[in-house]
Amino acid sequence: MSEKQFKTINFTLNGKRVSTSVDVRESLSDMLRDDFGLTSVKKGCEVGECGACTVLVNGEVFASCIFLAIWVDGKDVLTVEGLVDVDGNISDIQQAFIDETAVQCGFCTPGFIMSAEHLLRTGKRYTRDELRKELSGNMCRCTGYQNIINAVEKAMNARLAKAGKE
Amino acid sequence: MYDINHIYEAKSVEDAVRLRMEQPQATIIAGGSDLLISIRAGDLAGCDLISIYMIDELRGVSLDDDGTIRIGSLTSFAALTKDDIIQKHVPVLGEAADKVGGPQIRNIGTIGGNTCNGVTSADTASTLMAYDAIIELTGSEGKRLVPIEEFYLGAKRVDLRPDEIQSAILIRPESYQGYEGYYYKYAMRGAMDIATSGCSVNVKLSEDKKTIVDARICYGVAGPIPMRTRSAEQAVKGLPVSKETVEAFAAGALQDVNPRTSWRATKEFRLHIQGELARRCLTESINRAGGVWS
Repeated sequence: MSEKQFKTINFTLNGKRVSTSVDVRESLSDMLRDDFGLTSVKKGCEVGECGACTVLVNGEVFASCIFLAIWVDGKDVLTVEGLVDVDGNISDIQQAFIDETAVQCGFCTPGFIMSAEHLLRTGKRYTRDELRKELSGNMCRCTGYQNIINAVEKAMNARLAKAGKE
Repeated sequence: MYDINHIYEAKSVEDAVRLRMEQPQATIIAGGSDLLISIRAGDLAGCDLISIYMIDELRGVSLDDDGTIRIGSLTSFAALTKDDIIQKHVPVLGEAADKVGGPQIRNIGTIGGNTCNGVTSADTASTLMAYDAIIELTGSEGKRLVPIEEFYLGAKRVDLRPDEIQSAILIRPESYQGYEGYYYKYAMRGAMDIATSGCSVNVKLSEDKKTIVDARICYGVAGPIPMRTRSAEQAVKGLPVSKETVEAFAAGALQDVNPRTSWRATKEFRLHIQGELARRCLTESINRAGGVWS
């Protein structure tokens, strides 16, 4: 590996404009964890299969382990840390995961939360089968998925009701 | 940290072409959903890369004046599936793209990368080949158009010259107007899997919807590259829409395919699946085209 090669990039991270000098060989998950301390971004498989590293880039789900950090230049990145409100309260989806016991070891949870956040932002009503398809890029080896689907469905219904679509 | 020696970032297509000539040892990286994994596995450790990912002019789908569908090579699978032009004119291509990996991969992976990789299992490749898609390559002397069947030279080898990048994929109006299609991905899992075999069929019916005017079929994983089975296509032209015609189609396909035994599946199993895929895909294509069965 050759000497360090840095590049300055500017992007929005959890709602704040940031500028940072990043090694061009870093993955997005490396940068978020090591340079910004956002350890909700889990490194599970590191080959884009498990979904534990899922973050939103311009509102879409991305596997941050197989995406170069330099590519978020000018974009908007959101991690679980960005879901808490100004008072530090967790979001509705996070609460739903607690209420529905959708968490066991918790390693996959941040990835699932971000995939769910993307789905709920669309404002669409998904069937349970559609939720399964949309969450198929996230793996959980503890729960058997039922409680996760329950939690996402519960949060979705609550948001839709709040938006007057019930 | 990836074991990359150096990354050259292209800001435009011209920039990419220049970098290709200046750095002939470098590999092009688009979305990187295959390449970064190879680097991590050590297969490409210490490589030089030319990143074309930030060239936004290579994203998106448009319709040329003559009806040609132009797909920018960096269009992601997810963007392809959501695109209005794709949904209206070649919905089967959006459906095939929706079978790739999972949601996170479909936002990262690009149609250009899917074809330039030269792998037979690529979910969009068989549909593109079934639609006689044309690959647009941009090099130092301008653009070059290559039919997708000629673009594939062999397993993991494509007709991409040292000064070129793939800039677009074109589908001509005569290839899609009046056709309806269907893609079936046969894999062990419903998501996050690579096709054991895939099959894309499209069909054009007579005005009374009772006769097959034209049919095209292309397989993934029936050989080292995506494969059109012309015996099947010839076998059903002019035949009535019927169960016997569907059987003739499957028999024709099996004359041409040449799958191999790999750890994913045996040759015998793939042959069985491929006959069945021809039947199902033609049947569904006919139904989508409003076919009247006799």
